[in-house]
Amino acid sequence: MEAKVVSFTVNGRGHVVALAPNLTLLRALRDLGYTDIKNGCEKGDCGACAVLLDGKAVNSCLVLAWQAEGAQIVTDAGLGTMDVPHPIQEAFADSGAVQCGYCTPGMIISAKALLDRNLDPTDEEICEAMAGNLCRCTGYTQVVEAVHMAAQKMQEASDDTRR
Amino acid sequence: MLPEFDLLMPRTLAEALQWLSEDGPNITPLAGGTDLIPDMRAGSHRPRVMMDISRLDELRGIRVEDGYLVVGAAVTIAELLDDLLVHQHASVLRQAAAVMANPLVRNRATVGGNLVNASPAADTATPLLALAGEVELVSQQGSRQMALEGFFTSPGGTVRRPDELLSSVRCPLPPSSAKGVYRKLALRKAGAVSVVSVAAVLSHDGGGQCDGARIALGAVAPTPIRAHAAEAALCGQSLTSDSIAVAARLAAEATCCIDDVRASAAYRSRVTEVLTRRALDQAANG
Repeated sequence: MEAKVVSFTVNGRGHVVALAPNLTLLRALRDLGYTDIKNGCEKGDCGACAVLLDGKAVNSCLVLAWQAEGAQIVTDAGLGTMDVPHPIQEAFADSGAVQCGYCTPGMIISAKALLDRNLDPTDEEICEAMAGNLCRCTGYTQVVEAVHMAAQKMQEASDDTRR
Repeated sequence: MLPEFDLLMPRTLAEALQWLSEDGPNITPLAGGTDLIPDMRAGSHRPRVMMDISRLDELRGIRVEDGYLVVGAAVTIAELLDDLLVHQHASVLRQAAAVMANPLVRNRATVGGNLVNASPAADTATPLLALAGEVELVSQQGSRQMALEGFFTSPGGTVRRPDELLSSVRCPLPPSSAKGVYRKLALRKAGAVSVVSVAAVLSHDGGGQCDGARIALGAVAPTPIRAHAAEAALCGQSLTSDSIAVAARLAAEATCCIDDVRASAAYRSRVTEVLTRRALDQAANG
């Protein structure tokens, strides 16, 4: 099993790494220090490892790292910082959508993928978009609230830019 | 950690077929990986060589050609949901795509992978059977087109030879009166494998008589199946609650259910009748 040289960009930063073919993107990214991506079920059920791969939300545990050759990858930590959080991150904190926090980075990635396409989602559309992200602490009510809150903030921001 | 394997990354379909002709039995083609990777992690699949076919342009794209809707094998389930041609000509396939797995999986999982994986519960198999789908298998020897109905042989088994790739699936464009409905019962709303799935496509002449019926059932036999007796019972009949009830009963009789972790055989058979009746009713009456 020969290592393969793979190059991709994570949160704007380029990487060129030699990886074993059987390494998943989840493990490769965590090894590179992107530990905001969580390893939950490793079979595509829980969504804790979700990242944006060329703009699409996917489970990084179901992608082999070399399949990401040339890709732009964005993780939750790439959306904002503690000082300048993304409106979705802010909304998750403000609405109390976070308990233990393990599912949160994946939830925020799914919310980002939804809001990139639809800035005015219904409850049903939010539940559908988050169906691949499981929370084992409490439930989903505040998560739905957080996505609505983020949608409103993002709408206002885009209205401001237009003005 | 996944088991070790060697890696092939063909740049063209011709290159992929060359490798398959040389070493097909040892090569596992990989597209979305949403079934294969968990299977490898569980140890139920140990490929010697994996060949990435997800980026082959020849396997991509959705188009209308010679009276058929053609869907490339590497088209993802998410792409089905966004495609206007699928929306227009294969609503039943779109309905199934919308309830398959979850959005994160749908962005990776492919139509070809779902068919070749050959689960009796595969969400794209029943709608494609109800649309009279045909698969195209290509190899260095050439290509062959066959009815999807003859493609599946057992749970996980198909007639694909080791030197062949599934390149596309196509469905004849249905008549304008055709209406398709997909119904799935699972143990929860999202991310669940079907206990029973039903896809029905009905068409009728102007006078309310059924002039075409195809009904496919999932998770009720070793492979996805067509319910031919039920279809025959509807053709040439008025679509009434009585004729629909008869067809639904015949559909349940076509099953060969087993007890498993999700449901008992008896429950599956009963649910087949109910779901078929509801699907036919909706297809007939909107």
